[in-house]
Amino acid sequence: MSGIDPIVLFFLLGLVAGLGRSDLRLPGSIYEFLSVILLLAIGLKGGAELAKQSLGDLLPQMLAVILMGLLLPLVAYPLLRRLGRLRRADAASIAAHYGSVSVGTYAVAVAWLVAREIPYEEYMPLMLVLLEMPAIVVGILLARGVSADTKWKELGHEVFLGKSIVLLVGGLLIGWVAGPEALEPVGGLFFGLFHGVLALFLLEMGLVAAGQVGSLRRHGLFLVAFGILFPLFGALVGGGLGLLLGFSTGGMMLLAVLAASASYIAVPAAMRLALPEANPTLSLTASLGVTFPFNILVGIPLYYGLAEQLRQLGG
Amino acid sequence: MQADDRKLVTIITEAALERRLAEDLKRLGAHGYTISDARGEGSRGVRSAGWDASSNIRVEVVCDAAIAAKISAHLRQHYYDHYAMILFFTDVGVLRPEKF
Repeated sequence: MSGIDPIVLFFLLGLVAGLGRSDLRLPGSIYEFLSVILLLAIGLKGGAELAKQSLGDLLPQMLAVILMGLLLPLVAYPLLRRLGRLRRADAASIAAHYGSVSVGTYAVAVAWLVAREIPYEEYMPLMLVLLEMPAIVVGILLARGVSADTKWKELGHEVFLGKSIVLLVGGLLIGWVAGPEALEPVGGLFFGLFHGVLALFLLEMGLVAAGQVGSLRRHGLFLVAFGILFPLFGALVGGGLGLLLGFSTGGMMLLAVLAASASYIAVPAAMRLALPEANPTLSLTASLGVTFPFNILVGIPLYYGLAEQLRQLGG
Repeated sequence: MQADDRKLVTIITEAALERRLAEDLKRLGAHGYTISDARGEGSRGVRSAGWDASSNIRVEVVCDAAIAAKISAHLRQHYYDHYAMILFFTDVGVLRPEKF
């Protein structure tokens, strides 16, 4: 298949419209609806596949992925502190964003694989869920140490019952309990319309990313460099881990995408409550203004190439 | 028409604070509150309500002057430094003072 994927073109359309200050704007409730469908669809698909797997076999993979989620922010933090000369809270918050994942980026990567009929481990949404949370805890510990001030209970509520986790985990469980055949009647909405919904979602994300450009000008080069280079490092770690865990090339690419992506929904909400002194503009500018567009436009094919290279190296 | 004097406290702030604020208000003695989505621009930039992290809420509370003072002191102490938040008062008349 040649040319650019149409969903990527939708993202570009949003980006251009946003940069040109068009009055185009999806109502907030539509954006919510689109993200609900995407999150549930991803969860359901993973859950249906999980029904075929034995959880015992997956356990080592799950633990390794959680470990990666804990380690990535620990690598990011000193870079942000030393090279970026950021304040402690800002560095910790950005590190948490980059240790966690972006569901939108994952969805585009899956669409990319599907369009090319490249197989992958379809239970990967389980790894997506597992990667959402550890970085948040690491980020708070980096900023605060083990402090009594942190309201872990409220934070736990925010993280575990935040809508993205509820929908992803809920979708996984429904898919797992129901199994692939029983899901067919709802498949029309969740799987049949997936690409169309994703296209609209990306149109909105393009508009949102364009809105970050102003703050990008203010906060400068370091964030741009970090927002591109750290994902490349993450992709290497994720792809390498995928190889070690015996994933297919498609699965290695998805793990690379997960490690390379930065959160812009779950983590910002949690950081706003847990680390109010961290400037949300810095982390969102990096994750939405730089890393998300980079991953969508350049990263995804690049990470597949990387996965192929790693596979050849690893024999 | 006989109306009793109360204060209308209006708070415009980040949607992320909604749950925490609602709890604060009840604890400080407000009998009720109304929350609506809002968007606009201020010293902390455009809050366009385009998506979660940039959405704003407007919280309205009708209460007596003492509770209004408690609410403003509490918010100033806990939120003003780090959150996009403004708060203002209006004098209003209510018909059923026992409700507020």
